[in-house]
Parts: sequence; structure tokens; C-alpha cells
Amino acid sequence: MNRDDPIAIRVRGLKNSFGPQVVHEDLDLDVRNGEILGVVGGSGTGKSVLMRSIIGLQRPDEGEVLVFGESMLDKDELEALDIRRRWGVLFQGGALFSTLTVAENIQVPLREYYPDLSESLLDEIAAYKVVMSGLPPDAGPKYPAELSGGMRKRAGLARALALDPTLLFLDEPTAGLDPIGAAAFDSLTQSLQKTLGFTVFLITHDLDTLYAICDRVAVLADRKVIGVGTIPELLAMDHPWIQEYFNGPRGRAATAAVDRNSETRA
Amino acid sequence: MALQLARKQRMQQCLRIMPEPDSLKADFVEEMDGDVPVLRFTGRLTLPRLDDLPRRLEALERPPKRIDLTQIQRIDTVGAWIVHKLATENEAKIVGLDANGQTLLRQVERSDKPVLMRPEPFSPFLRVLDEVGDATVIAAQTMLGLLSFFGAILVGTWSVIRNPRRFRMNAVIQRFELVGVKALFIVGLMSFLIGIVIAQQGAVQLRQFGAESLTVNLIGRITTRELGVLMTAIMVAGRSGSAFAAQLGTMKLTEEVDAMRTIGVSPIEALVLPRLLATTCMMPLLGFFSMIVAMIGGGIFCWLSLDIPPLTYIQRLREVIPMTDLWVGLTKAPVFGAIIAISGCFQGMQVKGNAEEVGLRTTSAVVQAIFLVIVLDAFFAVFFTSIGWD
Ligand SMILES: Nc1ncnc2c1ncn2[C@@H]1O[C@H](COP(=O)(O)OP(=O)(O)OP(=O)(O)O)[C@@H](O)[C@H]1O
Ligand SMILES: [Mg+2]
Repeated sequence: MNRDDPIAIRVRGLKNSFGPQVVHEDLDLDVRNGEILGVVGGSGTGKSVLMRSIIGLQRPDEGEVLVFGESMLDKDELEALDIRRRWGVLFQGGALFSTLTVAENIQVPLREYYPDLSESLLDEIAAYKVVMSGLPPDAGPKYPAELSGGMRKRAGLARALALDPTLLFLDEPTAGLDPIGAAAFDSLTQSLQKTLGFTVFLITHDLDTLYAICDRVAVLADRKVIGVGTIPELLAMDHPWIQEYFNGPRGRAATAAVDRNSETRA
Repeated sequence: MALQLARKQRMQQCLRIMPEPDSLKADFVEEMDGDVPVLRFTGRLTLPRLDDLPRRLEALERPPKRIDLTQIQRIDTVGAWIVHKLATENEAKIVGLDANGQTLLRQVERSDKPVLMRPEPFSPFLRVLDEVGDATVIAAQTMLGLLSFFGAILVGTWSVIRNPRRFRMNAVIQRFELVGVKALFIVGLMSFLIGIVIAQQGAVQLRQFGAESLTVNLIGRITTRELGVLMTAIMVAGRSGSAFAAQLGTMKLTEEVDAMRTIGVSPIEALVLPRLLATTCMMPLLGFFSMIVAMIGGGIFCWLSLDIPPLTYIQRLREVIPMTDLWVGLTKAPVFGAIIAISGCFQGMQVKGNAEEVGLRTTSAVVQAIFLVIVLDAFFAVFFTSIGWD
């Protein structure tokens, strides 16, 4: 495993299809070590499917996916385990274990990979992750069915962060959060990313999140990644979808907000 | 226990393929700086390298007054938490963290709030009372729920009768296929084998009285009166009753049922009635099919090992089976079908909360259906005998 490779995830010539419907064709993407890469695209362009192929849940028809320089598909269970404990995944629907409480959900990865941790330390870790991800302090013993939609998202985030992963996959983490919560989420991701140096693969429709924390943005359309780069770089491209996305009414509002913020700061 | 052991072994194997130099392991040394006890951490203060560090820290003899982190190579939130906890417990000062480390530590400090991990514990006595009370309430609620479910079905049926356009033909036909046509093979196979078993066991017993030829009576009457419909009911409960509970249960979980209600579609009309109608109509047909196939199975056995030729077998069957036997069997069938559908759908609609519940409710649906079918069968037996259909 080459830890000095500047590329954490390398996708080459990826093709995915469901029956006659081709979702990805000849898709290339690099995610650099230590960056927050935002992934945007219209609904149904295959962002979630791309994430599933990278984490090895979806076998691609063609092409290869390397995570930390290794393919997840031809691995035996043990080697795959070693990579899996270095990442955390937040699914679009939360995917909490419905028979476990929030606290137990957070502890599942810890127990799985570090069976020697003492019960009290496990509780402490779960406790500060609960607070860190913005859940109320009485959320620990609640079952997922008793949580609100946004709280489920946060609990999923807490579970994804349980192992202090070096690679974090987030599928629309701020969808369904109130704006204050979404901003808190942005700053949490950013500060953890700075201090722990992890790499984030962040699928989002939230323009504010894109402007606030993403180092680069990848745009999915026409079954491929049609552009990767910082937002100004993307704006320089003249693909109609990209122009529409960033220069549409919502895009302009977000840009204006960013400008306002930087003015008041300056 | 075994699971934990297996997990440990797996982790050890995992560690074996990942060589770990000792210098990376999280460790500490205790020193004295003048009269200030200092704890100096070394290595990587991260979750994968912790090992037994937390336990060793708990066993510290001299509480440190200064925690020195200059020598650590890396720190993550778990490491920061351990340092933070050690520092607050001993009122120690933390020195030697770089800017990033300090941000991390502050982040963790901010998250140090009392958090409820488990529900507040109960005293054992109260817990017993609590559980007994809960069980009683649940039993009462189930009875009430079943009654009101039955009522809702009647209301739904009535509103469909008054308003026939609301009748969901497609859904019903689809259920007919799933409950009836798709079950033909397995019901047939089961009945065929049962027929052979009855014939074989009957022949062995009757031979002792030299009454082997009465085997035909045995097969004919027991399959038409009892076993044909009863075995079919058990098969349908296992196949369709469980499927109903699981389908409706999952739909409850994903809020599909709620969505239906808000759109103005009644779940009873859309989900329950088609299933109820399907099992009620299909059970007599499947039961009849089962009787015939069981008789064919028994007939083949009689032909091969008792030398009763098929034509004679059929002739004898016609003589010994009274028409009332067939009515007995076929009267019970739709009632059993209705019971299977009602308990399957009722249990499915009771699901709330989590995936485990779907499994529990599916099990209860099948157990409840088979139990009720057998109880009712006993009542029917007494009833038909007393009206002289024996
Ligand atoms: N399991 C599946 N079977 C068949 N088709 C699927 C499956 N999963 C996804 N698809 C199809 O693949 C396409 C991409 O889906 P995907 O979930 O990746 O969209 P997305 O980009 O994540 O959209 P959104 O922003 O709405 O989450 C969609 O057209 C969807 O219909
Ligand atoms: Mg998606």
C-alpha cells in the first residue's frame, strides 16, 4: 500500500449499467489525498452509483477503481477489511441499523475493528461523537425510527466518523438539515479535514457547501465527469449544464453570499 | 463468545499482514521535572495504535500534572479525547501540541458534554412490573386491534360493494396468480406424497385385519374431509400468509402505507381486500386440487403394491366417499383462507420501528394462522358430525 501516492481514489474507464440503461461510460476521476472533493450533477446522473462503485458495493461492467492504489474487487475478505477500516461512509438514506440505538450504531464499527476497547471508553467515544455531530444529548438511547430526518443524517455522520477515517464518503450530508445545522456541518467537516488530514468524497446539491468547504468540484453529466477543478476553473468552461448550475438564480445567490462574506471579513 | 473469538483471530490475522513497527505504537513514559510529575506520550496517539494504552493509563500511580505531547507523531479524535480526559481528571496542563492538534483538542473539549447512552436503569422489581404490565397491555391491544381490523375490513368491503368502481381488479388477479397458480406445484407435490404415505401406513395397519382393500376408503375419506384442505391451509399460511405480513410490514416501515392514506387511497381497500379475496377464493380450488392429487398418489401406491387396478380404485372411491365429505372439506377451505389473509395482513400492519419487527410479525402471522386453522378445524369436525354429516 503506497501511502505517499498523491491520489487517494483513482477511477479509470468506469462503465456501469442497469440492464439497458447505461449510467456511466468511460468515466475517469482522481481524488487527491487530503482534499475535499465535491461531486455535483443532476438527479439520477449516477453520483450515488459512482460512490457505490468506489466502495466496492457495485461491480462495474468495465474499468477499474483503485482506492489507496488497490482495487477493492479482487481482494480477499481480510485485505479488504484493512482498507475498509480506513474509511467511513454516510449513505444518502442514513442506513442506520434499525434494531440498534444511536449509541450502539456509532459503536458498531469500533467494536468490529477494535474488540479490545473497554466498554467505558466505547461509551465516551460514542458520547463525544454524538455531541460533535450535533445531536442532542438525549439522543444516545433512541432508536432510528424515533429520530427526525435530520437527526438520522447526523447519527449516520457520527457513525461514519466513528473510526476517525482517512477517507470519508458523504452522500448528500446536508440535505434535510436546517441552515444552521448545515453550516455547523460544513465547519465540522472542514476542521476535521484540516486537523486529521482526511480525504472527503462529498456528493452534494448544496451550493453553499460547495463554496464553503470544497477544494475542487467534479461535475457529473452525460455519463462522465465532464469537468473537475476549482469553481472559477469550472466557470471558465462553457458546458451548458455547468453554466446553468453556477449561474442560475440559486448559483448567483450563493456566489453573492460568498462575496458578501469575504467583504465583511476583509 | 465464539463470535468474539473469531473476530479477535481475524483482527490478529489482519495485523499480521500489516507489519507494525513498535515505534508507531501509542505509548507513554512518566518523568519528574523538578517536583512536577510529567507524562510524556510517544508514537501515534490514534485509534489503530492504542492497544492497551487506556487500561495502562487507568492504572497510573502518580497523577500527572503536566502532559507532554511534543514527541507524538500523530493524534486523532480518540487520542485527543484520552488526553483531554486525563488532563481534566488530574487538572493537568497539556503542552507541546501543534496548531492542528490544538484545534482538534478544542473540538473534542467542546464535545465533552453529558450524554445519555442508555435508558435510565430501573430497579429489578419495577422492571418485572413494567414488563408484566406491558405484556398485558399489548395482549389487550392486539385483541382490540384484531377486532377493529376486522371491522375495518367489513367497512372496506361494504364501501367497495356500494362503489364497485373502487374494486381493484388488477391487484386481485395478480394475487390470484401469486397465491393460487404459483402454489400449484408445491401443493401438488406435497399432496401426492401425503397420499402415498397415507396409503402405505394404512395398508400396513389394515393388513393385520386382512382388510387391505379398505385402504381405499381411508385414502378417499381422509383426504376429502380433512387432510386435503388442512395441509393446503398450512402450506398457504407458510407461503402467502408470511409474504403478506412481510410485504405490508416493509411498506409500513418505509411509510408507504402512510403515503397511501394521505393520497386518499385506503390501505384496507388497496392492500388487504385483494389479498383476502385471493386466499378466500383460491383456498377451495387449491384444496380440491390437493384432494385429487393425494388420491392419485394413494391410487398409484394401491396399484403398485396392493394390485388394485386404477379403474377399480376409482370405482371404489365413488362408492365410499359420500358427497357430504366433499362439502365438509370445501366449506372449511374459504374460512381457512380468510383467516390466513387476515392474520397475515393484521400482523403486517402492526409493524412499527425496525426491521426486526418485520421478522417477528411474520413469524407471528404464520403461527397465529396455523393455530387458528387447527382450532377451527376441530370445531368444524364436531359441528359436522353433530349435524349428521359423518
Ligand atoms: N439498483 C438499481 N437498479 C437499477 N437502476 C438503478 C439502481 N440504482 C440506480 N439506478 C439508476 O441509476 C441512475 C443513477 O442513480 P443514482 O442513485 O446514482 O443517482 P444520483 O446521481 O445519486 O441522484 P440523486 O442526486 O437524486 O441522489 C438512475 O437513473 C437510477 O435510476
Ligand atoms: Mg444519490
